[in-house]
Amino acid sequence: MSDDANSAIMMDRRQVLLFGSAALISGAMMPSTASAAAGTLVMTINPEPNAMVSAFNTASPVAVISGKMTEGLVHYDFGLNPQPELATSWEIAPDGLSMTFKLRDGVKWHDGKPFSSADVAYSIMEILKQHHPRGRGVFAKVTAVETPDPLTAIIRLSEPTPAMIYALAGWESPMLPKHVYEGSEVLKNPANNAPIGTGPFKFVEWQRGSHIILEKNPDYWDKGKPLLDKLIVRIYPEPSARVAAFEAGELNLGGDGPIPLNEVKKFQDNPAFKVETRGTEMNNSLDVLETNLRNEHLAKPEVRKALMHAINRDLMVKTVWYGLAQPLTGPIPQTLPHFYSADVPSYPYDVAKAEALLDAAGYKKDAKGTRFKLRLIYPTTGDTYDRAGQFLRQQFRRIGVELDLQTADVPTFIRRVYGEYDFDLSMVPASATADPSIGLQRFYHSAAAKQGTPFVNASGYKNPEMDDVLSKAAVEPNASKRVDLFKRFQQIAMEDLPILPLVRPIYVTIASAKVQHFVTGPEGVRSHYSTLSLG
Amino acid sequence: MSAPRRNLPLRFIGRRLLQALLTILGIAIINFFLLQLAPGDAADALAGEAGTADAEYLANLRREFGLDRPLWEQLAAFLMRIATFNLGYSFRYGENVSTLILGRLPASLLLMVASILIALMVGVIFGVTAARYFNRLPDRLISLLALLFYATPPFWIGLMMIVVFSVWLGWAPTGGMRDITAQDRGFAGVLDVLRHLALPALTQAFFYLAIYTRLVRAGMLEVMSLDYIRVARAKGVSEQRIVYRHALRNAVLPLITVVGTNIGGFLGGAVLTETVFSWPGIGRLMFDAMMQRDLNLLLSILVLSSVFVVLANLVVDLIYPFINPTVELR
Repeated sequence: MSDDANSAIMMDRRQVLLFGSAALISGAMMPSTASAAAGTLVMTINPEPNAMVSAFNTASPVAVISGKMTEGLVHYDFGLNPQPELATSWEIAPDGLSMTFKLRDGVKWHDGKPFSSADVAYSIMEILKQHHPRGRGVFAKVTAVETPDPLTAIIRLSEPTPAMIYALAGWESPMLPKHVYEGSEVLKNPANNAPIGTGPFKFVEWQRGSHIILEKNPDYWDKGKPLLDKLIVRIYPEPSARVAAFEAGELNLGGDGPIPLNEVKKFQDNPAFKVETRGTEMNNSLDVLETNLRNEHLAKPEVRKALMHAINRDLMVKTVWYGLAQPLTGPIPQTLPHFYSADVPSYPYDVAKAEALLDAAGYKKDAKGTRFKLRLIYPTTGDTYDRAGQFLRQQFRRIGVELDLQTADVPTFIRRVYGEYDFDLSMVPASATADPSIGLQRFYHSAAAKQGTPFVNASGYKNPEMDDVLSKAAVEPNASKRVDLFKRFQQIAMEDLPILPLVRPIYVTIASAKVQHFVTGPEGVRSHYSTLSLG
Repeated sequence: MSAPRRNLPLRFIGRRLLQALLTILGIAIINFFLLQLAPGDAADALAGEAGTADAEYLANLRREFGLDRPLWEQLAAFLMRIATFNLGYSFRYGENVSTLILGRLPASLLLMVASILIALMVGVIFGVTAARYFNRLPDRLISLLALLFYATPPFWIGLMMIVVFSVWLGWAPTGGMRDITAQDRGFAGVLDVLRHLALPALTQAFFYLAIYTRLVRAGMLEVMSLDYIRVARAKGVSEQRIVYRHALRNAVLPLITVVGTNIGGFLGGAVLTETVFSWPGIGRLMFDAMMQRDLNLLLSILVLSSVFVVLANLVVDLIYPFINPTVELR
């Protein structure tokens, strides 16, 4: 088609002139992103956020947009250590039953009202503890937030909650203005779609399906920041269109894997772009296979171990993830260095061993070389899981296990796996977050299993020692004792294998070469972006 | 062809509108039950995106969404909303359904009008030309082109247009409806929208163009062999006049019908084009609402679509007698 179009133009010189001048005019009209708007950066978030404040909707795109306008008590460095944000210092009592936050002086909400400890108390008690999907768990043990003076907030706990310190960023647990929310129907408050925060960017406009515009907060407490005048979020539903928009120079930045995996190499080789692989360490979305232990085959530990031995995960990384993933050795990824342990049972790729285990379990190959059949269900989110499913089918066929691949849109997937337990194997993106008590306990603790609740223990796994270790780790105020507990957790998890950990996919952030400071910490594109700049 | 028949046939319109109301009611009810078949609900979808949720949170959501009420109550509530033109609130988007739909409608209508106009104009010219040069080179070329356009998915055509005209040549933006960095108002703003409209409108037009070309060509070939054309030729009427005045009138009747259904089906039919070009239209909103099980929003759009189809059909029927006065409305 392009040939037709070109030759048609070639044929007529007058037409060439016409098109040429049209191009000139349009070129003149087009505000080139390079010059005219140096203080304006265009980024994309995919899919389009459904809300502007992450206190009520914790979907990943919402966290990205919310984190620019709202702030939390702290943010984090690459070592996952909390850093001052709205709180300048904090102290955790030795018994772990209270946390005292000293707040920053002179901070103003976007509407000009001063920020104080009353806002912190209101945000935690009335908003996060009640309406935040994750916060309901994280802040469950909070009994009260005391405010002895406007710049001090003391969180009182009925039990120690050491994981809480990893959940206080602005994109996860945003502080919201009491004076705007108090006395209103919180879930329908207009500020949910036009946030009033303390962050470096103020909300201007959200045209659904098209774009979101944020502008510089001139009264931001960190003087001289943000560096940008305007941050524009454009919505491109189609990944190929995002690639084109980057290449045409209309788009400067996108995180969480904005382009198809097979295009990343091209961008890495192109000096016009920067590709950053860090910036998802707070999120740690892991691709795993959850086994349904109600299935007679999968109930046998030998079968689960055999499956684990049958997966060539290095090859899988290369072919399915185009090299953009790290094989997992256990439930905790290496991006959480203070919790990670390599001292766990391991399952190197070994077809013979896998076959021996299946033989021992009493499953003989039939005439066709098949031992038994399993269904693998996964959600339709991009084509990576399709490739992973095909890959696993080939690998498992080698040891005589036939895979029936089933794909479903997200609500269907959730209903079948977590509502009806109607699956054998399920491939899910399981977010380990920055703390195993928040991210991983729900998959391994037997008490977490509640039929109808998504992304919890759906395998039907129950091991009293595991329950005990996780319950203790969740409330252990002593850091090193907690690490020991998690070490034991990793060993049991890899011994019992209710979940077969596959890989930690690397979700890249892509930026034009002139964009600076787009990944400044483990929060990646969720960061508040006060230091983000163009050129 | 007596004069009274030229008056607006009010009884006909009245009867048709009454039928239309019943049809729309039927469509609404059928849609309501069809969508109940989709597994999972809005709470599942919301929790799926969030990555977590506890049981009580989900129960709260279902209560908030009204999903915990009996099915007949939900249906009654839905029909009441439609009857009162108050489409309700989408908790999924935190916005009134009517605001959501009205926000997207202009973009869809603009795309529809532009692409159907392009397709109509070019389709008629192509179809007439092909028929006039029946079985000669122009006919072969046009027929081949129409076949190609028809067989190529708009999705792919759109992507290729973006690669060629946006990435390689830099003539047009890759997507969106206007340049947000510029905030142009007035004439410059109109030009800006036109620049953004060009590629998606062409992409969407190509598909219709193929159909229209073939319809006009077939219609023309049939009509051109009729006696009255031969009479006209014998009287020495110029070929140009015969083709456009005498033949085309009769040849375009099936075309009008098809254009009518295209207009009716447009709201949802442009979803691929809207996706590729990041065009903020209704089709995309409908697709997202489906994926997120926002059934209230989805049902409202579906009802709106059925209103469109019904109205477009009525308008087409009313247009017939103007084009061909021998058609009677009954």
